[in-house]
Amino acid sequence: MNAERPETYDIAIIGAGGAGLTAALYGARARRRTVVFERLITGGQIATTELVENYPGFPQGINGADFAMNLVEQVSRFGAELRYEDVQSITPGAGGPFRIETGEGPYEAHAVIATAGADYNKLGVPGEDEFIGRGVSYCATCDAAFFQDVEVVVVGGGDAAFDEALFTTRYASKVWLVHRRETFRASALLQERVFANPKIEIVRNSVVERIVGEQMVEGAELRDVQTGEVSTLPVEAVFIFIGQTPNSHLLKGLVELDEGGHAHVDLRMRTKVPGLFVAGDLRVEAARQLVSACGDGATAALAAEAYLAELGIGEG
Amino acid sequence: MAATPEVTDTTFDADVMKSDLPVLVDFWAPWCGPCRMVAPIVEELGEEYAGRVNFYKMNTDENPAIPSQYGIRSIPSLLIFKSGELTGTIVGFRPKSDLKKRLEEAIA
Repeated sequence: MNAERPETYDIAIIGAGGAGLTAALYGARARRRTVVFERLITGGQIATTELVENYPGFPQGINGADFAMNLVEQVSRFGAELRYEDVQSITPGAGGPFRIETGEGPYEAHAVIATAGADYNKLGVPGEDEFIGRGVSYCATCDAAFFQDVEVVVVGGGDAAFDEALFTTRYASKVWLVHRRETFRASALLQERVFANPKIEIVRNSVVERIVGEQMVEGAELRDVQTGEVSTLPVEAVFIFIGQTPNSHLLKGLVELDEGGHAHVDLRMRTKVPGLFVAGDLRVEAARQLVSACGDGATAALAAEAYLAELGIGEG
Repeated sequence: MAATPEVTDTTFDADVMKSDLPVLVDFWAPWCGPCRMVAPIVEELGEEYAGRVNFYKMNTDENPAIPSQYGIRSIPSLLIFKSGELTGTIVGFRPKSDLKKRLEEAIA
């Protein structure tokens, strides 16, 4: 690549999760020169999901990684580029294309679709960082099998926590499900399954305060938020699923964000910046489902296509 | 893109410990979604570092001994060996640029 004249794309997509890959599919099929930048791994949150049971058209459900790999293959087939690069800034060009900086170099794009999604939250307690890879995990689908016939704790009260608690019961002798509140956000169906599972014991109104051990995790210290009582669970693994924070740092100062860091968009995923679109978990009022993220990606790509056509870019 | 070759409990000593070049081993399992998503990034690195670093992947389901010897309790895990010594460990998925940085440090 020539350093003085960066490559110019019609559409640059930031984040290769469900929203970004679907946008890329639509962009590439519209014969637009499309690139997807991915900081980590393709698939986003879906890559760490064992079974997706609520995506329409898959009556038996589909494995998250299978879904993501299929989608990557589909997108590549139509010619979109995938670059494993971390986007550091997006700068609107005055009357020209956006400039996109990554560690590898600058790029230009006439339209940008930000689909950077959200990253999982950390507990922020002593022992958490120290024991990553030695008992602390944010992916039960990846690591549960290493904890055969031992006790583990799963932290959280949403769909992810419930899903992963059920998954860990395949291996663990006992699963403690710890949640800071009395009630859960997980879907009714998942709650039914968790409550019916004899290996899962639910600990309400409690938080993990410390993760302890020598070389590996040996226990999790809990505090009951109502009584203040402290206890230690004899677990070898702590799986953490306590929500997520949108990756909106790239959009700060560029578009209007809500308090949680989600970008304001209209129904066509347009921001106030012409040519800049935001789709998926990064936008306000997102349903935070795979199907809606994909739908958002399609909507944004169609709006981007309309924007490019209006500018007369790439025609003839 | 060329698939990363497999190394096993049996071939580990010859392919990794006795290798003249530094070696990166990608510990994975078929049921680990992120491991499968990391594979294409490792393949890209394998091409970029061809002739400088040998790349292998090890299936932790089929090879219990080596993962246990290195205390692997989370995958994907990338372990880097130089002259038969472990010089770098990367747990979980990281940006490709980070992987390159850690790899450069481990083979320096």
